[in-house]
Amino acid sequence: MIAMLAAAVVLFSPLVWSMTPHAEALTAAQEARYRTLIHELRCLVCQNQTIADSNADLATDLREQVHQRIAAGQSDDQIRRYVTDRYGDFVLYKPPMSARTVLLWVGPFVLLLGALLFAVRFVRRRQTLPVAATADPDRLRRLLDEER
Amino acid sequence: MRYVVPVALLLGLLVLLALGLRQDPSLVPSPLIGKPAPEFTLPMLEDAEQTLTPAALTGRPVLVNFFASWCAGCQVEHPLLMRLAGEGVEIVGLDYKDEPQAARRWLQRHGNPYRIVAQDRDGLAGLDWGVYGVPETYVLDADGTIVYKQVGPLTERAWEQHIRPLLGRTS
Repeated sequence: MIAMLAAAVVLFSPLVWSMTPHAEALTAAQEARYRTLIHELRCLVCQNQTIADSNADLATDLREQVHQRIAAGQSDDQIRRYVTDRYGDFVLYKPPMSARTVLLWVGPFVLLLGALLFAVRFVRRRQTLPVAATADPDRLRRLLDEER
Repeated sequence: MRYVVPVALLLGLLVLLALGLRQDPSLVPSPLIGKPAPEFTLPMLEDAEQTLTPAALTGRPVLVNFFASWCAGCQVEHPLLMRLAGEGVEIVGLDYKDEPQAARRWLQRHGNPYRIVAQDRDGLAGLDWGVYGVPETYVLDADGTIVYKQVGPLTERAWEQHIRPLLGRTS
């Protein structure tokens, strides 16, 4: 019974769906690389999913390619290049630094620096504002006396 | 005066957002532009004994059109392909992930604009061309170099603005 339950859990887990029946079995290390790679590659049909998450035909084909290439002994870089040669850097969720992507990589830091500079200037300016003259206790008392 | 900088920043942001809205995020620029057509050897649709290779695509500009009988967008562009074929534009069809039987019937019903049709049944050639959804059309110059890629149905506008000038220059 427990074995059946376990089998059911495995069979119906999304992880299994995201795997394709493959010809060659991978070693544990290769399997780990396969998992990492398919989670790094974008599916072009449903663009906000990785090929691991997508059920599109193209994602299945690409997973199969990744699997076969790992089994054939290709390195992760070779496999990434295989995909980017065909579909461009867009398929990489972590695009390489290039003239086109430099804004993407540097932009947030530029914004952060700008915000910091603004904050420093803002705080400085507040500190140099003329501070209200401290109240003169004698004058206060005189004013109060006048009221009475 | 003190509002000039924030307003300028806001306007700049609005312009960027407006530009972003006008772009179609589903169009992925192909890294194959300017590269020779990928290698393939595919069986012909009419006679699977014969094969098509990129060598057969050089010598004159050619449109390579990935289509399928199950593809709705292909019917949208079909009348335009028929017209272009009638005007003497050479179109080669690659039948993507399709049953040859179904493809033949589809071409009989809608007309055949292709000079050559080859089958890419498992879609592996499509993978090498960077196809991610049929129909897709590639423009090859006389050297067999890919000079333009149209994702989705070929349109009158794409033909007039992009493809025709390219063919005019390369032929």
